Amino acid sequence: MIKTTSLPVYGQEATRNFIIALAGNPNVGKSTVFNRLTGLKQHTGNWPGKTVTRAEGTFTHRNRRYTLVDLPGTYSLHASSAEEQVARDFICFSRPDLTLVVCDATCLERNLNLVLQILEITNRVVLCVNLLDEAERKGIHIDIAALAHKLGIPVVGTAARSGRGLSSLKDVLDDMVAGKIATTPRQVVYDPELEASISEIEKRLTPYLPDWISSRWAALRLLERDYSILEHFTGNKNEQFPQRVLKEEVALCLQ
Amino acid sequence: MSTINNQGLSIIREIEPLLPGNVPNIKDRIVSVIYQQAEGISAQVVRTENLYQTSLEARLDGILTSRWLGFPIMLLLLTLVLWITITGANYPSQLLASGLFWLEGQLLHLFAAWGAPAWLTGVLIQGMYRSLAWVVSVMLPPMAIFFPLFTLLEDLGYLPRVAFNMDNLFRRAGAHGKQCLTMCMGFGCNAAGVTSCRIIDSPRERLIAILTNTFSICNGRFPTLIALATIFMGSLAARAYSSMLATLAVVAIIMTGILTSLLVSYLLSRTLLQGVSSFFVLELPPFRKPQLGQILIRSLLDRTLFVLWRAVVIAAPAGALTWILANSFVADTSVFALIAGWLDPLGQLMGMDGIILIAFLLGLPANEIVLPILIMGYLSAGSMLELDSLNALQTLLLDHGWTWITALCVMLFSLLHFPCGTTLYTIFKETRSARWTIMAALIPLALGILVTLIVNQGAKTIFF
Repeated sequence: MIKTTSLPVYGQEATRNFIIALAGNPNVGKSTVFNRLTGLKQHTGNWPGKTVTRAEGTFTHRNRRYTLVDLPGTYSLHASSAEEQVARDFICFSRPDLTLVVCDATCLERNLNLVLQILEITNRVVLCVNLLDEAERKGIHIDIAALAHKLGIPVVGTAARSGRGLSSLKDVLDDMVAGKIATTPRQVVYDPELEASISEIEKRLTPYLPDWISSRWAALRLLERDYSILEHFTGNKNEQFPQRVLKEEVALCLQ
Repeated sequence: MSTINNQGLSIIREIEPLLPGNVPNIKDRIVSVIYQQAEGISAQVVRTENLYQTSLEARLDGILTSRWLGFPIMLLLLTLVLWITITGANYPSQLLASGLFWLEGQLLHLFAAWGAPAWLTGVLIQGMYRSLAWVVSVMLPPMAIFFPLFTLLEDLGYLPRVAFNMDNLFRRAGAHGKQCLTMCMGFGCNAAGVTSCRIIDSPRERLIAILTNTFSICNGRFPTLIALATIFMGSLAARAYSSMLATLAVVAIIMTGILTSLLVSYLLSRTLLQGVSSFFVLELPPFRKPQLGQILIRSLLDRTLFVLWRAVVIAAPAGALTWILANSFVADTSVFALIAGWLDPLGQLMGMDGIILIAFLLGLPANEIVLPILIMGYLSAGSMLELDSLNALQTLLLDHGWTWITALCVMLFSLLHFPCGTTLYTIFKETRSARWTIMAALIPLALGILVTLIVNQGAKTIFF
């Protein structure tokens, strides 16, 4: 039986070492950003109980130490594969100081799905629009300022292969951590029927939730009947029931 | 996977009545709203000029993945890569072989000068060193050419297009479209191919992909195929066309493997592993300019040296074992000859002989060493001739009654027999089932016996 709760919770140690989660779709140059930021100060391993590779690296900027955790590349956070679950659990339950999302400027639309999903979980997000050079060669231009305005979070354009934009990216990360930037993340609004269910579930759920979990996001997951999130915030770990019992219980409830 | 406690259950009890009935529908609704928003934002911040390059890329994709040209181009590229490999590997192979076998002579002199006992010289030089020399001289040059070319295609972004072309075929065979990716992986190494089957989520389709991965000719088998094709198929044509014919023979074997893979997938999905194939979204990444330095380093270090090292580690003890078997006697007959004698009737039916079958059996740890063991088997059984080139190998094989039919049957059996030990172990680790591991060995073996029987009997009836 594998429990994702064994993921370490970062950001609680006395000497502050700021944790940045690095998320993004596959093939967007996420590893290049990771390598460029951390240089050779990295080590790799596996996520506990998973066959998914985990890479971590450190860097120092303006006298602050950062640990960058490279999450597996995913298209969404629906927890339908081991990679997606690892990425989602880290962003949500390991409480990184902020999440840096890397996306591909040549196909921004597809990449924004992940960004919007992450914005439902946390407001501490910086977006890095990478592969700007490739996009320019293809005649694709992106209005970075407008994008930042629409999403309500800082957006930095980069071409990580050549190192372009990375120093301002570091500045923005630092400003976020220092609390100099306030975000107003764009929230996806669903159709009225769904919204009604969401707020109903949210109301019942709030008493159980720690304040660092977005109740709207949790409500959405329960609405999808994704109960795997419950294990991360429900009380006493000693009384645990296997999935089989859970299914029977749910079946009883449904009758 | 997960565990939920009492509090979690009470949350579920409280919330379950609030949930609307149809779950997949809700997921779809949530996702589609997010997609719409992403589309809306992107439309407002992205401006696209219609440049020549984007349309060039689109046109290139149109050709590479077109219904009519997709497959011929794939075949053509495969043939080209193998042809470059076969033509290019010939000369360095000769050079390495003559160098390494010259060294063997020197080592023999050295051992003789030391007065080393005959058995020690036998095990170390004629056993270990000779099989090592064969592995290096036969395998290193083709790998050093083939891997960079393969990595180049990978880096250019061609492999996802191959997957795109093949996806439909695999789905019709009742398998997962991603199986063509795991199959491509298997061309590198079946053990890696089996591990890569993890990308397939459905257990049924993953099992099909695992069981059929061995039908991808792995790097351990390419050198054997290339050598045999060069010697026997190549010599069927005039000198100018011989490397082309050899190439085509290897391509034909690879295609047979792919077809077998599809056929077995089809049969499995109709019998033992019934079910519907699931869909997946295949993204065609943009073509990227390959990084040549990276390609060379990665393919030489990660692939060539890795495979070579594995071969060397296994070939050394296997070579020693073969020598010992060939030089331990039970009443005048060596143990090797004894086993070969038992296997010979079956081997003859399959167009081969007992020694070839022993070579495949002893080659279980790694396919790389089948040819070296075969050579040592023949050498120990007969005269000790100096083997320093493919020509010498040809003479040796002809002396032992080989014809092009023998070569064809060996090539087919190399495609269709049990996977190597590492692959079987990986299959066991991945499936956690001894039953499926045994199936993974039995299915190709049974097919191999059947096919070589038919080919051998058929060819002999037609041509002799």
